[in-house]
Amino acid sequence: MSGAVSTSTEDVGFAKLSRLQIAWRAAEMIPDGSFVNLGIGIPTLAANVMPEGKEIVLHSENGILGVGPGPAEADRDRDLINASKDYVTLQPGGSFFVHSDAFAMIRGGHLDLALLGAFQVAGNGDLANWTTGDRRFPPGVGGAMDLAAGAKAIWVLTDHVTKKGEPKIVEKCSLPLTAPGVVKRIFTDLAVIDVTGNGLVVREMVPGLTLERLQEMTEPSLALADDWKELSVA
Amino acid sequence: MPIDKIVPDVAAAVAGVKDGDTIMISGFGFAGVPNDLIHGVLDAGARDLTIISNNAGTGTEGLAALIGSGRVTRIICSYPRSKGSDLFDARYAAGEIDLELVPQGTLSERMRAAGAGVAGFYTPTGVGTDLADGKEVRRFDGRDYVLELPLRADIALVQAYRADRWGNLTYRKAARNFGPVMAMAADLTVVQVREVVPLGEMDPETIVTPSIFVDRVVHIDNDREWDI
Repeated sequence: MSGAVSTSTEDVGFAKLSRLQIAWRAAEMIPDGSFVNLGIGIPTLAANVMPEGKEIVLHSENGILGVGPGPAEADRDRDLINASKDYVTLQPGGSFFVHSDAFAMIRGGHLDLALLGAFQVAGNGDLANWTTGDRRFPPGVGGAMDLAAGAKAIWVLTDHVTKKGEPKIVEKCSLPLTAPGVVKRIFTDLAVIDVTGNGLVVREMVPGLTLERLQEMTEPSLALADDWKELSVA
Repeated sequence: MPIDKIVPDVAAAVAGVKDGDTIMISGFGFAGVPNDLIHGVLDAGARDLTIISNNAGTGTEGLAALIGSGRVTRIICSYPRSKGSDLFDARYAAGEIDLELVPQGTLSERMRAAGAGVAGFYTPTGVGTDLADGKEVRRFDGRDYVLELPLRADIALVQAYRADRWGNLTYRKAARNFGPVMAMAADLTVVQVREVVPLGEMDPETIVTPSIFVDRVVHIDNDREWDI
């Protein structure tokens, strides 16, 4: 991908991925031929970094199949935006449809995968991403509960810790749930982690990061996959 | 006598809107929002309104202006907070507006149910969450579902792309979003379109909203739009 590796190594010995790089890492792992919804936030960035050589059809909750990357500024169309309200394009073969059909696709089990953002993810796959309970920040559920209930798999794309440095991967969500036990894989700015019946398994970590250091930023205990590898940005 | 749903202007389009009405407003983000009709409601002066829309407006015009005017006492939506939703955020923080938060697929399906004469439906969405509190949960084939009820309105304000005098509609790209289901779910469906064509000119294979769901159409050549 273009954009290269983050340079914000500070003095901690490892570099965090950018939001676009998190999206890129998830996009690279999407199986060829999948129909995939991209949720608001980091996930919608994935449309700009889809792997070449695979045919993957991106779904947007506002009635689009075949979402393409963002357009050049001159080609922006106010009638063509994604869940994050960013301008997008339509791929050949794409289609538009009414909201209730967009959610029939979601709720009816027709989507292979949904990529969602998160406030918190628990070790058992519980997802919280719709309210902080703070009245200064109104809640927003959007399509998250429908996607969590209906897509065949849920991957979460998020920063590993909050802006205050608190873990977002927690023993038990303190925030109200979007859905219980639905998350299968977590992509953060530091690692790729699978949610399994035997707990959280780290598949990839950014160069320079150790399991011990990652564990300090993660509440549930982490196991390292036998075949784990460095999360290197191509 | 020929059926002619085309009205001359926005004031005629929203005539009859009254205090206490429940109003559906199409759109997702800034795409497909009937901003001219919203300003028609604002100009008509109706108060104590319940708004049903996916978002709660951004910036200072359109739905944001209606909310900022203090005439909206309740909003039913899936995602009120967005970049620029300051007018809603302030009223919500001050406790000046009631919010019923509805998952987006449940929101659109409740409209479809209302329009289709379905008394309710069971959805897996929201099971085990705060948004299912107080609702009937029933198990089918080993999975829990929540009972959701139809959602209807006194008036639906819809933006479409093209219409004829019967009220057949097509939409443009992702501006379609909630338009077709809102058009089904209101006692009075009012549509603003960018083009009006002679009857018979629209390809019947591609009409999205058939005329039966539409009551009034107003032609707005250059619909209001603004940066958010």
